[in-house]
Amino acid sequence: MKPVHWYMLGFAFIAVICISAFIISPGAEFGGADGQGEEQISQIDPDYQPWFESLWSPPGETESLLFATQAAIGASIIGWFIGNEHGKRSVKKSEDASRGKVEGVPGSQEVSPRAGGGED
Amino acid sequence: MHIMEGFLPLEWAVFWFAVSIPVIAWGFLKIRRLFSEHPELKMSIAISGAFIFALSSLKLPSVTGSSSHPTGTGASTILHGVAVTSVLSIIVLLFQAILLAHGGLTTLGANVFSMGIAGPFVAWLAYKGMQKAKVSMLPTVFVTALLADLATYIVTALQLALAYPTAGSVITSFTTFFEIFAVTQVPLAVAEGVLFAMFFDYLARTRPDLLKGKLHIKERVRGVADKTVEART
Repeated sequence: MKPVHWYMLGFAFIAVICISAFIISPGAEFGGADGQGEEQISQIDPDYQPWFESLWSPPGETESLLFATQAAIGASIIGWFIGNEHGKRSVKKSEDASRGKVEGVPGSQEVSPRAGGGED
Repeated sequence: MHIMEGFLPLEWAVFWFAVSIPVIAWGFLKIRRLFSEHPELKMSIAISGAFIFALSSLKLPSVTGSSSHPTGTGASTILHGVAVTSVLSIIVLLFQAILLAHGGLTTLGANVFSMGIAGPFVAWLAYKGMQKAKVSMLPTVFVTALLADLATYIVTALQLALAYPTAGSVITSFTTFFEIFAVTQVPLAVAEGVLFAMFFDYLARTRPDLLKGKLHIKERVRGVADKTVEART
């Protein structure tokens, strides 16, 4: 089994965990455990008044946008890294091929040491 | 795990800041040192931070009928330790507190303690233990990432229980908050463990140099990792 197949299985497993949540409790609110914690505080101590308000609270749509932006910043760095590694490997591969090197064990290219690596 | 703005009494807000600031300062100095002495590690730190950024923004549904988000601190804990993780976490938490009204500035100390310090620290202890016991890479990464996530939420439950005891009992409150946070978090922590196990598997294949001396890489890959090291030195 190629690594990519294992990764697909892994992602499928993660998807199952998330999707099963919808199946088990379809009508569930999407409020989040943070909000529930807040409710619990007001049950334990009904007199508690938050003593500080958020300086700025984005409207709903903007909030989704900013959450998505946060995810996008992270994901693009990870994607850039994976793409960069992939590119370096294919360059190495084509260099080796042009030098007429004999390919080793199938798949060995994926883990081949790159003596000149780490130029990032 | 985000305690909302204004929802911690002043004395607790100050307390958690006081506990967190030394660790963050240490982490900040450590990052500065790493950047000047090992500039090749910049990428690895950026990737660790990127995981925290991406994962902590994802509100995922959980089987308890609520949703919550992963913390993403597992990779950073293994690759760079607790102090660096605390700095990366506070960047994310500041972003969320200021721009998203998620979490808060007054609760920043408490939130960075749970997500950036306590969770990673518990995970780091487990990671070190597994390294001593020569556990191989995948289970080590899975358990470390899972614990970093889960422990964060257990600590949040504890923080809220300390600030809001039910009729004087911290334990009763802890159980209540624990049920809200930790139980929702279990499936997500497992998912996070799987994700990081896959990413480290990928790293072991492409950049074993980043994992050198940090994990027991499987036989097939290890020979290559050693060769890489020789080639570089």
